Amino acid sequence: MSEVIYMGEKNKKLSEKIEELSGEKITLCEQCGICTTSCPMADDMDITPAGIMRYSQIGDEKVVDSEAIWICASCFTCTVRCPRGIDLAKVAEALRELNLRKNVDHIDVNHLDEELNELPAIAVVSALRKFTS
Amino acid sequence: MQKFPYYPGCTLKQTAKNFEKSAIASARAIGIELVELPRWNCCGAVSSLTSDEIMRHVAPIRNLVRVQQMNDEGMLENEYRLITLCSMCFNVLKRSNMVVTGDAEMLHTINQFMDTEPDYEGTVEVMHFLEILRDVVGFDKLRARVKKPLKDLKISPYYGCTLLRPKEVGIDDAEAPTIMENFIEALGGEAVDNPYRSLCCGSYHTVGENKKIVAERTYKIINAARRNGADVIITSCPLCAFNLDNRQKLTKEMHPDFEYMPVLYFTQLMAIALGKEEDAGLEDNFVDPRPILRERGFLGVKQ
Amino acid sequence: MKTVRIYVMGKEYRVPEGLTIMKAMEYAGYRFIRGAGCRAGFCGACSTVYRKEGDYKLYTALACQTPVEDGMFLVQLPFAPANKAIYDINKIKADDKTLVNFYPEIARCVSCNTCTKACPQELDVMDYIQSALRGDIQKTAELSFDCIQCGLCAIRCPAEIVHYHVAQLARRLYGKYMMPKAMHLQKRVEEIEKGKFDKEIEKLKKMKIEELKKLYNSRDIEPEESD
Repeated sequence: MSEVIYMGEKNKKLSEKIEELSGEKITLCEQCGICTTSCPMADDMDITPAGIMRYSQIGDEKVVDSEAIWICASCFTCTVRCPRGIDLAKVAEALRELNLRKNVDHIDVNHLDEELNELPAIAVVSALRKFTS
Repeated sequence: MQKFPYYPGCTLKQTAKNFEKSAIASARAIGIELVELPRWNCCGAVSSLTSDEIMRHVAPIRNLVRVQQMNDEGMLENEYRLITLCSMCFNVLKRSNMVVTGDAEMLHTINQFMDTEPDYEGTVEVMHFLEILRDVVGFDKLRARVKKPLKDLKISPYYGCTLLRPKEVGIDDAEAPTIMENFIEALGGEAVDNPYRSLCCGSYHTVGENKKIVAERTYKIINAARRNGADVIITSCPLCAFNLDNRQKLTKEMHPDFEYMPVLYFTQLMAIALGKEEDAGLEDNFVDPRPILRERGFLGVKQ
Repeated sequence: MKTVRIYVMGKEYRVPEGLTIMKAMEYAGYRFIRGAGCRAGFCGACSTVYRKEGDYKLYTALACQTPVEDGMFLVQLPFAPANKAIYDINKIKADDKTLVNFYPEIARCVSCNTCTKACPQELDVMDYIQSALRGDIQKTAELSFDCIQCGLCAIRCPAEIVHYHVAQLARRLYGKYMMPKAMHLQKRVEEIEKGKFDKEIEKLKKMKIEELKKLYNSRDIEPEESD
């Protein structure tokens, strides 16, 4: 099934913003799909890593609103495998930040986890760094 | 005793005390004294990856300033190699160090911001304890000091992500690392292959509503180790340890056929092999490693 | 009388040199119905944020303790909105997870040291938050001991931590569960409750005023100054 996407000024702006914030040349991505096959979290994502790159290239807001960027575990497997040297982890981070910088947390710090008493500091600190503004 | 500055990180003072205890004892047994940084602060556990990030580099760099201060104040003698145990702390500190030493303007901004501290001069080298064992001590020297070789103990090394990736930061080849296998062999153990030895454990997803993602990874990683005959798994990261060890309970709930396997910090096995089993902190591990270690004769023998 | 210029919420006033900020504002005609308390640097009510002319830096102070300077741009912060965790001190445990359980936001600390710089009591605020994150209740309690809960740290913190509430919980836990008890005090309280001193007190209560005076004046004290 194909999807028609109308490219306009808004798309270009978003694409440039993603490039700027991530510091990566997202136009280099040639959609080879190695990132998708490497990603340990890909099965749980609504958009694949290669899809994240494609939507970023065309500046489609769908990627900013996706669940996939939050499922990313910043494991850098995609980063070390991309044949064009794109650090996809940075692109995912930029997409998360586009949400977080609106002063919106992705998790509820006040109701973090019923197991908060069992969790090690490293888990709480890293989760809050990735999911809160 | 060769003194090195040592950065523990928050978790080693809290839920991973056994990691620190076994490391300090093992290091001492091979002539290394880990001198804890005075007034260190939390590194942040993960690096902030946006291009405009400056503030979150302050915490790691402030710790590197402490290393400089330790040298200036005579706590150390010209030793700028900072040893870390926790893989995530290692990754954050090394990464921030690389970013600021490669960007003079950012370093200047950070130094100006930290106006109560001396300037960071970019002199510190962040290293992981395994690197020290390989490059400074040498695995042969380690082997020579082993009092209780871990003979026939089948150990599956679990690298996780942050020890190996990204390439500029990793302590070994990201795709075909050998450092942990060499470490295991130096202790007299048998390194068991695991195709998932550097598959992400799920990291911070262990917090909140997605912890099942972690339990799935645990299932995969441990089953692969078991299929290859492993008795135990070793790791270098308290988050990996929590996800592979403590989360076995959730994994068992999700997969009733799952069998528990002990997960240890690499320094715990090191302590046992060097004859310091009383400092190995084995009582704190979630899945008790003592039965299998006792069965194989590695515990309870006075050296 | 030498005067200096101060600006209160942007309006210029000439006030005598040597007055404290609080006195100077009252001289200028302001009446403190909020943000004033002990006037002795102890209650933390008169938190002030200010800048100096030609200086970009943001300074903090207690209005009752700080003398005015020429070109001060002042604003008062009589209140800091702060969340306080609900707990029953008798029911919670003092272990290394307690503080982060009640205040998980301390894990957001980026070690920027802004809190330490804001503290008018010159406490090591960043250090005590780091101790709290690590679960070192004793160190948190000791480092925060002189905190007067003025709120300046909490208002400035980019991680939105309310430092003084975390510290208060630490001190309460330390005092109740961890600090060694003063055994001689406990023993004395028990003796009192068992009535060991009841007879003596009754005797004193029944004495006439002249007898009491005589008793008081002939009590054992250090020698008087010799001539």
